Amino acid sequence: MERLAASYRLDYDVRARDYVSGGEVSSALRAILKQLSLPPDLVRRCCVACYEAEMNIIIHSFGGHMSIEIFPDRLEMIAQDSGPGIEDLQKAMQEGYSTASEEAREMGFGAGMGLPNIKANTDYFDIQTGKEGTTLTMKVLFLKKEGE
Amino acid sequence: MYYHSVTLDEEKCRGCTNCIKRCPAEAIRVRGGKARIIDELCIDCGECIRACPNHAKIAITDSWDLMDRFQYRIALPAPSLYGQFKNPDINRILTALLQIGFDDVFEVALGADIISHLTREEINRGDLKKPVISSSCPAVVRLVEIRFPSLLGNVLDLCTPMEASAMLAKDAAQKKTGLKREDIGVFFISPCGAKVTSVRRPIGVENSEVDGVFSLTSVYEKIASKVNHIEHPLPLSKASMVGVAWARSGGEAAGTMLENSIYVDGIQNVIKVLEEIELGKMEDLDFLEAMACVGGCVGGPLTVENNFVAQQRIKRLSERMQRESFVDKMTEQELVDEDKPDLERLRWSRSLERSNAMELSDDIGKALSMMQQIDEVLKTLPGLDCGSCGAPTCKTLAEDIVKGLATEYDCVFILKNKINDLAQELNNLAGKTPPVMGQERRKEL
Repeated sequence: MERLAASYRLDYDVRARDYVSGGEVSSALRAILKQLSLPPDLVRRCCVACYEAEMNIIIHSFGGHMSIEIFPDRLEMIAQDSGPGIEDLQKAMQEGYSTASEEAREMGFGAGMGLPNIKANTDYFDIQTGKEGTTLTMKVLFLKKEGE
Repeated sequence: MYYHSVTLDEEKCRGCTNCIKRCPAEAIRVRGGKARIIDELCIDCGECIRACPNHAKIAITDSWDLMDRFQYRIALPAPSLYGQFKNPDINRILTALLQIGFDDVFEVALGADIISHLTREEINRGDLKKPVISSSCPAVVRLVEIRFPSLLGNVLDLCTPMEASAMLAKDAAQKKTGLKREDIGVFFISPCGAKVTSVRRPIGVENSEVDGVFSLTSVYEKIASKVNHIEHPLPLSKASMVGVAWARSGGEAAGTMLENSIYVDGIQNVIKVLEEIELGKMEDLDFLEAMACVGGCVGGPLTVENNFVAQQRIKRLSERMQRESFVDKMTEQELVDEDKPDLERLRWSRSLERSNAMELSDDIGKALSMMQQIDEVLKTLPGLDCGSCGAPTCKTLAEDIVKGLATEYDCVFILKNKINDLAQELNNLAGKTPPVMGQERRKEL
């Protein structure tokens, strides 16, 4: 068998307002990460960040894409959507602030914890947003020793 | 190797694929016409026992002869035993146990009363990771160890009612009889194999105080005809409605008296809820009761009665009983009194261990390239999840192939295609003739 580079990719399209499938990407990611010898807390952090990013696309965007690449020492995740962008980024980063629709809130989403949760669970977090869409770039490092 | 109560009866196994498809842990493969259980992955939930049409999957319990080794024998009936009888009368059932060779009984429902009390105390102290996950179902605890290691810290660090009852029953018997601890035998009457395994491979304690486990079915057979003919039932029943209600799903959660608790039963449902908890979606929940069997313990694979009927009986029975358990009635002073049970001993002395059974390799780089290979192999498989290869899904076969535990020709479709290709090739070759015999080459010349 040919020699393969030691990284593993996951690519998923995420549809807007598809609350029912919400969590599919993070479930798939979790299944993958459990096959690696990673501390449980790291797995949890990766999955929480992934889940929140996935739900953001479902709740707020017109649809998007998540690509995840796992390396021996880190996880890189890009969540890209096609609009409408985040109006007030500073506010969006505050816990409890949400612009989720009535529909999303009725489903139990929109607690305003999405972006703060992602920031808290990743080692690198970047957000680019404009009317044409939002791109989140996230990294979780595996080697850094951390308790919580 | 690991001990498991749930095992294969080789003679009865016909190598069909019913159990491999139903196993929630994907822990069974058919090899050499027999459904082998992978020890590292099995959680003793008993789904395979229910799925097997040939009764080849069984839960091993102890032989009745084990009783002979002890001078004083105590029966520990799980409260699910009560649900097996029509209009159950607990005193009659317990008295009947004294007629089949036991010298004493200690209701596990009483142990459940105590554990309920301690659970409330623990949760009210407020320093536990939420939601607190019940540790009473050993199959669920094993599931967490294998599939949800990040939730190990959420599991309530208290003994099961069975273990609590065994400890307290031995203490009491020692005092009563003056015998040595090792001469007193404590026998749990179990609705499932997971409890048997948890005696051999204890959870949270170094050694189990339970000396043997008999199946609820076998005990039912021995006492069923006696129960209704007991003229003077002894007043043995001491447990409250809380302890008895543990026999059915929802009973333990109700016993915590917490408004913000839920119960989930059936191993697949438990997996779904644990997945959500792992994503941090249920942090506002205080307590989760999780039972591997539908209906709770009365739905265990070693029970006799239909679990829905038994649930209803337990419900009605417990509603007629006293609300407060003896521990609840005890005053603070009494609880620390020497003569009363030492409740601190019922906390775990050992923490849970994370299992690495799901890991492909301890080297992350190697595991990542194995995952790539698994994806490559999976693309070549038909995706029917037919089970003919002996693995439950094409995905598991792909994993087994990459781990070196199976070959691609274990797949009947790949094998058939290969034979087809070979046949074509043979046919092509058969049509070829050496130039000295052939006609067409001459024309070309």
